[in-house]
Amino acid sequence: MRLVNRPLRLAACTAAVLLTAAVGCAPQDESPGGPRAAGQGPRSCDRGKLATVAPGKLTVGTDKPAYAPWFTDDDPANGKGFESAVAYAVAKRLGYGKEAVEWQTVPFNNAFAPGEKKFDFDINQISISPERKRAVAFSSGYYDVRQAVIALKGSRAARATSLADLKDLKLGAQVGSTSLDVATDTLRPTRPVAAFQKNDLAKSALRNGQVDAIVTDLPTAFYITSAEVKDAEVVGQFATDGKGREQFGLVLDRESRITGCVSAAVDALRKDGTLGALEKKWLTDTVDAPVLK
Amino acid sequence: MTYVKQALPGPADDGYVPSQRRIERERFKRSRARRATAVAALSTLVTAVVLFLVITGSPGWPRTRETFFSAEYARKSLPKVLDGLLLNLQLLVACGAAVLVLGLLLAVARTLRGPVFFPLRALATAYTDFFRGLPLIICLLMVVFGVPALRLQGVTTDPVVLGGSALVLTYSAYVAEVFRAGIESVHPSQRAAARSLGLSSGQALRHVVLPQAVRRVVPPLLNDLVSLQKDTGLVSIAGAVDAVYAAQIIAGRDFNFTPYVVAGLVFVALTIPMTRFTDWITSRMDRRRAQGGIV
Repeated sequence: MRLVNRPLRLAACTAAVLLTAAVGCAPQDESPGGPRAAGQGPRSCDRGKLATVAPGKLTVGTDKPAYAPWFTDDDPANGKGFESAVAYAVAKRLGYGKEAVEWQTVPFNNAFAPGEKKFDFDINQISISPERKRAVAFSSGYYDVRQAVIALKGSRAARATSLADLKDLKLGAQVGSTSLDVATDTLRPTRPVAAFQKNDLAKSALRNGQVDAIVTDLPTAFYITSAEVKDAEVVGQFATDGKGREQFGLVLDRESRITGCVSAAVDALRKDGTLGALEKKWLTDTVDAPVLK
Repeated sequence: MTYVKQALPGPADDGYVPSQRRIERERFKRSRARRATAVAALSTLVTAVVLFLVITGSPGWPRTRETFFSAEYARKSLPKVLDGLLLNLQLLVACGAAVLVLGLLLAVARTLRGPVFFPLRALATAYTDFFRGLPLIICLLMVVFGVPALRLQGVTTDPVVLGGSALVLTYSAYVAEVFRAGIESVHPSQRAAARSLGLSSGQALRHVVLPQAVRRVVPPLLNDLVSLQKDTGLVSIAGAVDAVYAAQIIAGRDFNFTPYVVAGLVFVALTIPMTRFTDWITSRMDRRRAQGGIV
């Protein structure tokens, strides 16, 4: 009879230990009255004094590899490439010099995973959408995106002049991209769109003839056809649909306290023409791709 | 006559009356069993409550629930995930059959005796060594993107067919080793006995060794099939949309992880019957072996 009580006591102890551990492990910063709530009061964007992940530094995330023309040489910290330049321009506007910007590798999926973020904002050609806004916060858009179709020169796909010409083709696009949505929803092709993990794999499939055409954003399309797959060409771009334009935004934690400041910085950069100048400098002029209707 | 009748075994009239001590002992045993059940139930309940409190009480729980367990996204993603699952099942059936056949052939080739078969043995050994060591994902990339790059006439560029072949290449190497272990576990005396009865080497293999070998390795074989079932999703590397990829497409578009959870549960739901089937087969075989019905 004495033995019977032992498991009971053991269970009680385990429960107590587990509960204590849980209470002890719980971070307190989100409880009301914690430091987070206190900082939310005055929404000041004092230069260089934002509530960043690492004090005094601005931590910026992007995926690896960082693709051209958004970045160059897979090195976001060199300030070259459109998104690298935008990140540094935003940082400067917020009062962080080049030396105060730290880059973090953030895989696409981690950018929107719940839990503590290790970046202040993530810049990775991420389109703003109402659904995504339920999971993360976005800054104002820093780039207006157009989607484009590329195909091998001389192929049937390359001769397409309208969306109807593309309907029966085997298309490909990167998973998680709005290009895939455009290919699937706007075009409504008769064969399922192939979804690739990375644009690199989509390019291989295009070269191998496994897909007839791939859909990417226009600057990427120009970069692929001019530098990577030279026997491919841009067939055309999609008209922006009636629902409004698609924009890339900086991704922030939904609870981030600096979203307002970052958005204000982006707005100011758009207003003073900095964004326009950076676009001109780093992205190929995108007007000459015919619009597919 | 009366003696004989009394000697016959019978439950009612054998005159046995359990002693007081025995009745006491059985009552005690029953009470202990009841007690054990009660303690187990209570302990389970306490553990469940603690886990529930720990998880739901954690500061990030509302956010986690919304991101991973959203009923809305579960409803939205289930049809697409099930669509994708069809591809997984097709691949499982087609590749599973091919893997079993190829694996058995490889195992037999590896266990053939006689110097004349040396090249065959060497090839089979090289094959299993290579494809068992090669990471599946690299094998898939090579086959799915490498083979079409050769631009061979008449060779398909269909990612599902190519991906399926890559799965067969890798898994048949694993399965061949399982079969070989089974073949080598059959005692040499079995073969010797078969040969002494006048069976040829091939007949001995076919009628005596393989039936025993295969029966012994059924559990690990089914294990490999479960594994294959989960890996069929890797074929999506070439753009085909399976259940996991269908989930990823929705997760990437709407920034919500619930579709992954849905896909995961669907796979678990598929795997559990397979595991129970394995258990059933194993216990059935154990029973038979214990009875001595099969050598």
